Amino acid sequence: MTARGLLYLLLVVFVAYYMLPLFVMVITSLKDLDEIRAGSLMSPPDRVSLESWGTAWSSACAGILCEGLQPFFWNSVKMVVPAVLLSTLLGAVNGYALSQWRFRGANLIFALMLFGCFIPFQVVLLPMARTLGLLGLAGSLSGLVLVHVVYGLGFTTLFFRNFYVTVPTELVKAAKIDGAGFFTIFLRIFLPLSPPIIVVTVIWQFTQIWNDFLFGVSFSQAGTQPVTVALNNIVNATTGVKEYNVDMAAAIIAGLPTLIVYVIAGKYFIRGLTAGSVKG
Amino acid sequence: MSAWLTRHIPKIAVAPSLAAVLFFVYGFIAWTGYVSLTRSRILPRYQLEGLDQYAKLFRTPRWDVAMENLLVFGVLFIAVSVALGLLLAILLDQRIRAEGAIRTVYLYPMALSFIVTGTAWKWILNPGLGIEAVVRSWGWEDFRFGWLVDPELAIYTVVIAGVWQASGFVMALFLAGLRSVDQEIIKAAMVDGVSLPRIYASIIIPSLSPVFLSAIIVLAHLAIKSFDLVIALTGGGPGYATDLPATYMYAMAFSRGDLGQAAASATVMLMTVAAIIIPYLYSQLRQSHD
Repeated sequence: MTARGLLYLLLVVFVAYYMLPLFVMVITSLKDLDEIRAGSLMSPPDRVSLESWGTAWSSACAGILCEGLQPFFWNSVKMVVPAVLLSTLLGAVNGYALSQWRFRGANLIFALMLFGCFIPFQVVLLPMARTLGLLGLAGSLSGLVLVHVVYGLGFTTLFFRNFYVTVPTELVKAAKIDGAGFFTIFLRIFLPLSPPIIVVTVIWQFTQIWNDFLFGVSFSQAGTQPVTVALNNIVNATTGVKEYNVDMAAAIIAGLPTLIVYVIAGKYFIRGLTAGSVKG
Repeated sequence: MSAWLTRHIPKIAVAPSLAAVLFFVYGFIAWTGYVSLTRSRILPRYQLEGLDQYAKLFRTPRWDVAMENLLVFGVLFIAVSVALGLLLAILLDQRIRAEGAIRTVYLYPMALSFIVTGTAWKWILNPGLGIEAVVRSWGWEDFRFGWLVDPELAIYTVVIAGVWQASGFVMALFLAGLRSVDQEIIKAAMVDGVSLPRIYASIIIPSLSPVFLSAIIVLAHLAIKSFDLVIALTGGGPGYATDLPATYMYAMAFSRGDLGQAAASATVMLMTVAAIIIPYLYSQLRQSHD
């Protein structure tokens, strides 16, 4: 075999390796329980059955609630949308102020915010639980929105700051001479430049918050859990017959929004990933 | 008044976020650090008792298991992800067809929650239903693959799933690094008749050392924070065989009602992350000033 052939063979083997879990999830979700017990992990279904998808969506039991993933899916949507919008907006303003209006202490503030991205969140769980209680937000979606905005700020600020830092500061100087103020310059000059970094930030935040489990499991209660927590409850339910096909369908449903975003806008997602690790 | 406002408005714009970070990050760290020095159980008590909680933590066998697991998991997870990521990046850098599509496949696990992919891995690694059953059905009747339920080996299943999830990301980092290597040097070496493997080994890979550093730092930080993966795959079990510091802390905080232990373990986690991240951030921020 030629070296080139070997190269492509290796690449295809790795494609199979990465696709395997997704493939297994999809075919298992389409089988009925008898076939799962009798058949093999990797054999495609004899009869395609969509029943488990219906069960996963509207009647599987997550904890005490047997309404499927549906209510929790909408909980996640209600949590993600405001949290992404708020953290992106604040990040844009911070990034602009810290990069273009280099006041004294701007770098220190940036460093303080940046370190906040990297702390293990275990260290804030206990005081956060108490604070949400004091604010009357314990176990509520608004509480989760607050948590995600606060701990998302570091990354959103980082993205916008590193983007705006490449804009020559002469632009702000010239606009100031023309009498434009802080917000006018932001709205008229910087915001129109920003769609690429807004897309990166929104996708990053959406993926992070949708996929979050730690905050969701710590700060929600029956009925307000996000979809990842509900999925874990369905999969790890200890009562009744283990319905593997329903588990798989539920897992795919929970993962579908971020997967779709990744397939459509993967380029921006990768830009966010690399920006989040290679700073400067 | 308005002149004062004009001068200070950038600071005023940042102030709410700064206040939030000071309170919710640094204030909370201080609170947790303080509670770790008390005898708090279900409710916090504010009388300082010194380092008793840490002494107790380091005497607890379950914490030892968690730290040992973190070491085993962290080292393997980082080493295998970096090796695999580098290999994939080099393979993909050979001007191959459909590179975009293949890259998309290698990286998609990163877009999914560990809870979602953990569900699939739990099923694949399940001795009765997964790989073991498949290989047996091929005729190899004695084949055994029961790592998931073996207290000694279960932590390696966490490594398998973790590497699968993160190696595509490392690949993306290395691919970006490979694309920025000076092509002239490579051409010159090829003209001199140096073989391709030697060019990689002695020119290209050494020039990627900053990427190695970034990848290792990010992976180390992911390893220390790993929580979802263990919960979804093993729930920390069998027993507490696959506990990591993150799951230990969670168990102390929310099921054992032992705030003092929870706070002490969280503080140890923070120290570990800080020891890795602060020098890194410092060097990165310094570079951007030069």
